[in-house]
Amino acid sequence: MADESPGRPRISRRDLLKTAGAAGAAALIPGAAAAEEASVAGTTAAALPPATVAPSGPLMNLTAREAEILSAMVDRLIPSDDMGPGALEAGALRFIDRMLSEAEADSVSAYRSGLAALDHYSRYSRGAPFVELSGRDKDSVLIDVQLGGATGAGAGFQGSSGSFFNMVKSHTWQGTFGDPSYGGNVNFIGWDILGYPGVRMRVSAEDQRLMEAGQLPPARRSAYEYGQFQMSGEED
Amino acid sequence: MATQLRSADVVVVGLGAAGGVAVQPLAAAGLDVVGLEAGTWLDRRDFAPDEIRNNYRDWPMLVKKTEQERPTSRARSDQTANRIGSHPMMNAVGGTTLHYWAQSWRLNPWDFRVVSETTRRYGASRIPAGSTVEDWPFGYDELEPYYDAVEHEIGVSGQAGNVRGEIDPRGNRFEGARKRAYPMPPLRWTAFNERMADAARGLGWYPFPGPAAINSTAYQGRPGCGYHGFCNKGGCPLDAKNSPHLTTIPRALETGNLRVVTRAHVTTIEVDANGRATGVNYVVGNNEYFQPARVVLLASYTYENVRLLLLSKSRAYPAGLSNNRGQVGRHYFSHHQGAGVGALLPYDIGAWYGLPAQGVAVDDFADDNFDHSDVDFIGGGNLWAMSDRRPISAANMGTYGRSRAWGSEWKRFIRENADRTHSFYIQKTTLPYEDNFLDLDPQVTDPLGLPVIRITGEYKGNERAIAAYTQSKAEEWYRAVGATEITRGGLGGQMGASTHAYGGTRMGDDPETNVVDRWGFSHEAPNVGVLGASVMGTSGARNPTLTSQALAWRTAQHLVDAWSDIAD
Repeated sequence: MADESPGRPRISRRDLLKTAGAAGAAALIPGAAAAEEASVAGTTAAALPPATVAPSGPLMNLTAREAEILSAMVDRLIPSDDMGPGALEAGALRFIDRMLSEAEADSVSAYRSGLAALDHYSRYSRGAPFVELSGRDKDSVLIDVQLGGATGAGAGFQGSSGSFFNMVKSHTWQGTFGDPSYGGNVNFIGWDILGYPGVRMRVSAEDQRLMEAGQLPPARRSAYEYGQFQMSGEED
Repeated sequence: MATQLRSADVVVVGLGAAGGVAVQPLAAAGLDVVGLEAGTWLDRRDFAPDEIRNNYRDWPMLVKKTEQERPTSRARSDQTANRIGSHPMMNAVGGTTLHYWAQSWRLNPWDFRVVSETTRRYGASRIPAGSTVEDWPFGYDELEPYYDAVEHEIGVSGQAGNVRGEIDPRGNRFEGARKRAYPMPPLRWTAFNERMADAARGLGWYPFPGPAAINSTAYQGRPGCGYHGFCNKGGCPLDAKNSPHLTTIPRALETGNLRVVTRAHVTTIEVDANGRATGVNYVVGNNEYFQPARVVLLASYTYENVRLLLLSKSRAYPAGLSNNRGQVGRHYFSHHQGAGVGALLPYDIGAWYGLPAQGVAVDDFADDNFDHSDVDFIGGGNLWAMSDRRPISAANMGTYGRSRAWGSEWKRFIRENADRTHSFYIQKTTLPYEDNFLDLDPQVTDPLGLPVIRITGEYKGNERAIAAYTQSKAEEWYRAVGATEITRGGLGGQMGASTHAYGGTRMGDDPETNVVDRWGFSHEAPNVGVLGASVMGTSGARNPTLTSQALAWRTAQHLVDAWSDIAD
C-alpha cells in the first residue's frame, strides 16, 4: 500500500463520498442555471441518489460572483437537457475551483479577468449581465468569445477572448469527463454521456466482446478506488 | 567545488530506453558501471489510469529536466527560433519507455542501404537534392542478433513474417529475415481491427499485427496486457509494458556491478590534454560532483546527447566534444508524423480498451516495398490502424462540421459518435538534409543558465510527397470500411521537438561526415560512446526505440569485447 506522506495525498472512496454534499451545484449558486432549464436540471439532480451529486462546501478560489458567471458558461458548454445532466451536475465548477489551487494555480488571474471580461462584454454588447441572458443570447456571446470576436478595447480579456474560451472549455471537459477523484464527473455523468464503460484494470477478450455488443456494464469506479495507486502531488 | 567520486569503469549518462539496456551487458561482463539518471524510480503505484494526470498534467511527480531543456525550433536558419508545444520525453529510471506506446519495430533491410539500393534500382539522381543521407556502415544482418537479444531480454510480442527466409503470411512479409519468432504472440485484435484487416486484404494488401514491448501473455514472471486503455502516455499498472526499469536495469543491479544515481543532472564531459574523456560533471540539487570514468557513454536522447557534446568545450575540442569536424548536430531529422488522416465511421468501433500498440499494420507502401519508378519520392510509410481512446480525448474529437464543439447539439453528436472516430498513425521515411541541424540556442537557457538546443528543420519535398501518397492510401482503406467522413492534415513544414528525433551524432565510417564510428564510439574521443537514435542516419518507417536498444546493446557488447583498446 502507498505511504501517507503529505506530498502524496490519497483519496479513498470514502473521502470522495464525504466531499459530496446533498445539494447540487446549481442549487448552491444563486441563478447559476439558466432560468429556462433550471427545472430540467433540478429534476435530474433530484432524481440522483444524494451521494452522487456535485460536492458542496465553500469555494476555495472563485468568488460567489465569479462562480455564478462561470456556472452559467459551463452550463451552456455542456447543458443539462432532455438527454440528461450536463457539466454543472457533473461538478465541473467545483473541479475548476479546486484545480485553481493545485495544478492550474497559474490560471487564477486568467479566470478572474476572463470572467469579468465575459460579463463586461455581455453588458455592453447585449445590454445585460451574462447570467441574466437567455440561453440563446448566452450562446451568441460565447460564440463571439470563442471566435475571438470579444477581444479588443475595453473587454479586458488577457490575450484573445478565444484563449479564455478554450481554457474554460478544456477544463470543463476535464471536469466532466476526467477521473472523478478530482471532484468532477460526479456520478460518472460525463462517462455516461460518452458511453465509456469505465476504468478497469483488466479487460478480458470476453469483456471486449461484450462491449462491442453493447452489453458490458459500466465499471463506475475511479482509478484510485482500485487501491493500488497514489495520487501524486507536485514533485517535491 | 565538485566532490570527486571514486572512479568507475563506465559512466552511462541516462538510464532510458538505450542506456537502460546497455547496462545489462556491461554489468554482466563484470565492468564497474555508474548510471546517472536525472529522474527517479517510479513504480506501479505511480501508474494510475488517470487521464487528467497523465495526459493533461504531464505526470506531476516527475523531475522536469527534459521539459526545462525543451528545444527551440525554426524552419530555416534565417528565422528566429521559438519554443512551441511541450516535450513528451520524460526523466525517470527507464525514461520515456515508462509511458511510451511500446511499438517495437525492427528497421527493414532497405533502411540500412538507402543510397546504394536507390542508386541500384532507380539511379543516383533519385536521392533527393540536398539530402546528406548515407548508407549505414553495416547492414541489417549485422544488427539482427541484437534485435533478437533485445526482443527476448525485454520481451516483445508480435507475429514474425520472415523466419530465416521463410515467409509467414500472418506477419510482415517485407521484414528482414529473423533468426527466430517473437517470444510472445501479438497483442489481440478487436473486432474493428479484424474488420480493418479484412478490408486491407480486400484491397490486395498484406495486413498484420504490429510488434510491441508489451506482454501479450505472462512473460518473465510478469502478466500479460490488461488492455485497460490508458497506455498512451500512461505507465502500466500491471508491469506488462517492458521498460528497462523492469527488465535490463534490475538484471544489471543484480550483478552488483551497477550503481544507479537518481536526480543526477549531467552538465559537461571532462577531457584531458590528449582529448580523452576523464569523466562527467553532474549536479544533484545544489551539490556538484565529478564522476571519473575510463569510458563515458552518452544515452540522454538526441537533443541532450548533442547538447552535452556542444557544451563540453575544451582546448582539445574548442567547438564542443568530438566536434572538430563540425558534425555534431548535423544530419538531424525527426519522423514526419504530421499529415494525419482521420475518419468518422457509421458504427461504434470498440476502442475504449485499446492501446496504441494494438492494431493492424500495412507495410506495402513503406521503404522500397513497392516500385518507385512512377512516383516522385523514395521511401514511404507504414500505415498503422491502432486502437486507442480515452474519455477526455474522445470528448475533444472533431465534429466534422456536423455540430458546434459544445452545447446541446454537440452533446447529441458526442453521445452518438464518441466511439466512432479513428485516426491513422502513418510512420514515414524522413531523410537528413544539409540545412536541417541542431545547435545551441543563442538566447534560451535552462534553469542552470546553459543554452538549450535549437532545431533548424523542415520537411522537404520527399517527405511531403510521401505524406500525400500515404494519405491517399489511408483514405482508400477508410472508404473500404465505410467511413462517412475523412479528414487529412496538412502535408507538413517546420519540425518541432519530437519523440522520434534522429541524427546529430551520426554513425558512419567517414569521420568527415559522422561523429561516431560503426561501433558507436567517437571518431575523435575514442573512449566516448553515444547511444540512442542520435547515431541513426535513417529512420525508416518504424518507431525508433527497438533499433536504439539493439544498437545500444551492440555498442555495449563491443565495449566489453574491445575493453582494453577503448578504455586504455
